[in-house]
Amino acid sequence: MNNPQLEIQIIAAIVAIACAIPGVFLVLRKMSLISDAISHAILPGIVIGFFITQDLNSPILILLAAFMGVITVVLVEFIQKTNLVKEDTAIGLVFPILFSIGVILIAKNANDVHLDVDAVLLGELAFAPFDRLLIDGTDWGPKSLWVMGIILIITIVLLLLFYKELKVSTFDTGLASALGFSPIIMHYGLMSVSSITVVGAFDAVGAILVVALIIAPAATAYLLTEDLKKMIWLSILFGVASAILGYWVAHFLDASISGSIATTLGFIFLIVYLIAPSKGLIAVLYRQKQQRIEASLITFLLHLNRHEEVRERHINHLQEHINWGIVRSKTVLDLAEKNNLIQIDNNIVALTEKGLLFTEKSLEYIISNKDEKIEPMKEDFFLFRG
Amino acid sequence: MNEKVAIKIDDLTVAYNYKPVLWDIDLTIPESVLMAIVGPNGAGKSTLIKAILGIIKPIAGSVSIYGKPYQKNRKLVAYVPQKGSVDWDFPTTAFDVVLMGTYGKLGWIKRPGQNEKKIALEAMEKVGMLAFKNRQISQLSGGQQQRVFLARALAQDASIYFMDEPFQGVDATTEIAIINILKELRRAGKTVIVVHHDLQTVPEYFDWVTFLNVKKIATGPVKDIFNDDNLTKTYGINYKVAVNK
Repeated sequence: MNNPQLEIQIIAAIVAIACAIPGVFLVLRKMSLISDAISHAILPGIVIGFFITQDLNSPILILLAAFMGVITVVLVEFIQKTNLVKEDTAIGLVFPILFSIGVILIAKNANDVHLDVDAVLLGELAFAPFDRLLIDGTDWGPKSLWVMGIILIITIVLLLLFYKELKVSTFDTGLASALGFSPIIMHYGLMSVSSITVVGAFDAVGAILVVALIIAPAATAYLLTEDLKKMIWLSILFGVASAILGYWVAHFLDASISGSIATTLGFIFLIVYLIAPSKGLIAVLYRQKQQRIEASLITFLLHLNRHEEVRERHINHLQEHINWGIVRSKTVLDLAEKNNLIQIDNNIVALTEKGLLFTEKSLEYIISNKDEKIEPMKEDFFLFRG
Repeated sequence: MNEKVAIKIDDLTVAYNYKPVLWDIDLTIPESVLMAIVGPNGAGKSTLIKAILGIIKPIAGSVSIYGKPYQKNRKLVAYVPQKGSVDWDFPTTAFDVVLMGTYGKLGWIKRPGQNEKKIALEAMEKVGMLAFKNRQISQLSGGQQQRVFLARALAQDASIYFMDEPFQGVDATTEIAIINILKELRRAGKTVIVVHHDLQTVPEYFDWVTFLNVKKIATGPVKDIFNDDNLTKTYGINYKVAVNK
């Protein structure tokens, strides 16, 4: 591995971390689409900033463009507050217009400089190592590494300082406001950080990949954990893993690095969506199947409970009486026996003491809907886990 | 009755898009009462609480908590929003939510430490939720979620408690557990203000009541003012339907 290769991967990994952190909060606030809006709407800010500074990595340009990002959020909220359209429509109204203004500005004035729409949208990580920070003739490494490194450090410091405030204002705006943690300050703080991250990252990785790096890692982590801190760590992990894996995919396919990273992000989400332990598709389907069987089990136990007569409880009569297929009857019978809820003597089924208690409690729960009745049973049965 | 004033509201008007939802409210709430705010849907009950807490900006009027603006005395106040106002799929545990109650006294930047954790655990014990402290909040039943919210308010260790429909969607056991804790708070000299829907239970649960329907209809001790006259003024002629629903 040569030096530019390593540099590209480090830049990609740093961009991934810087995007993953605000991404977690955007996803939890159900605002992930605003990152899409910001990533496009900053274009006029970048163009105007570029006219002024003639340098895509200038801090002035980054601040100016990030300010455009915040303006985008303000405009979206303003349109939304009129109650004439919903949030998604407001987003869809604002960012294409701002983006188009940027496109026109480039076409009219910047034809001869290194700034075109393709570069803004798709970025080109492969070129990142060539734009180097030179001070008095000394090479300090790629400029974008410095830009994103500084943005990442600012993001981490803000996260550590305001973790508690971000958490409470994301979970419960009303409480945050009543406690004196202004949700408006937190909201615009998060929007500013997101905007600065997007602006800093667009030159290296492009507007589309930025959106993928903000949303996908957080969405993937959300499927796996029920703890905010773990969600942040997992998002960072997925972001960095996709960045490095995506780089090597691009390397072997000889394809766009940004495109490969975005595809990897999508692929990892798909895998996690399928196999996540409790929220994943396979787990959900399995749980639904178990719940169906357990519902049958309770029906069956209630039947046993109500019928003293032997002919109603003969193993061969169960099928015709409850009107189930052979497979279903067998599954239910096995499940009941496995849990010691029934005993079978001479092909006559009877409730055990445990089975009787279980049936009574279930019945009480079904009638009263009181959770405490079935609390100890949640461990063994999916049906009671809601 | 202790006549110290906990909350004083003068000429409060709140509007959404210039349509008034609360119109010129004057209200004085004495210390150490357990007060219900009752009124029909859209009467502005939740809005009144939110305006007192500064969550909604009024277009006119003022609110004082123990003689000072809310911003100066917010540590004296605890707030339980409607259960439906938050996302219960948020990745956090019951304990973490209760711990949020201690954030107000901590202020900006400082992290909760051992002392705050102890306060949160004690609050969970009071509402009978200690056994569920590590459970993810989406795995709690409606009644348990409401208890967690109450524990969070207890962790705020305030003098005045605001609760927005704490009995909505909870079972009878939880309702009794909650009202017992509220009565205990009042006995300890706290002021408790509850947005309440079930008119039948007002005389049993509360000692003070405010009738609200955009304007204030009446306020005072339940035994003096909870009568047909005020109910009719608040709910219109069909108030008996509201009582019997």
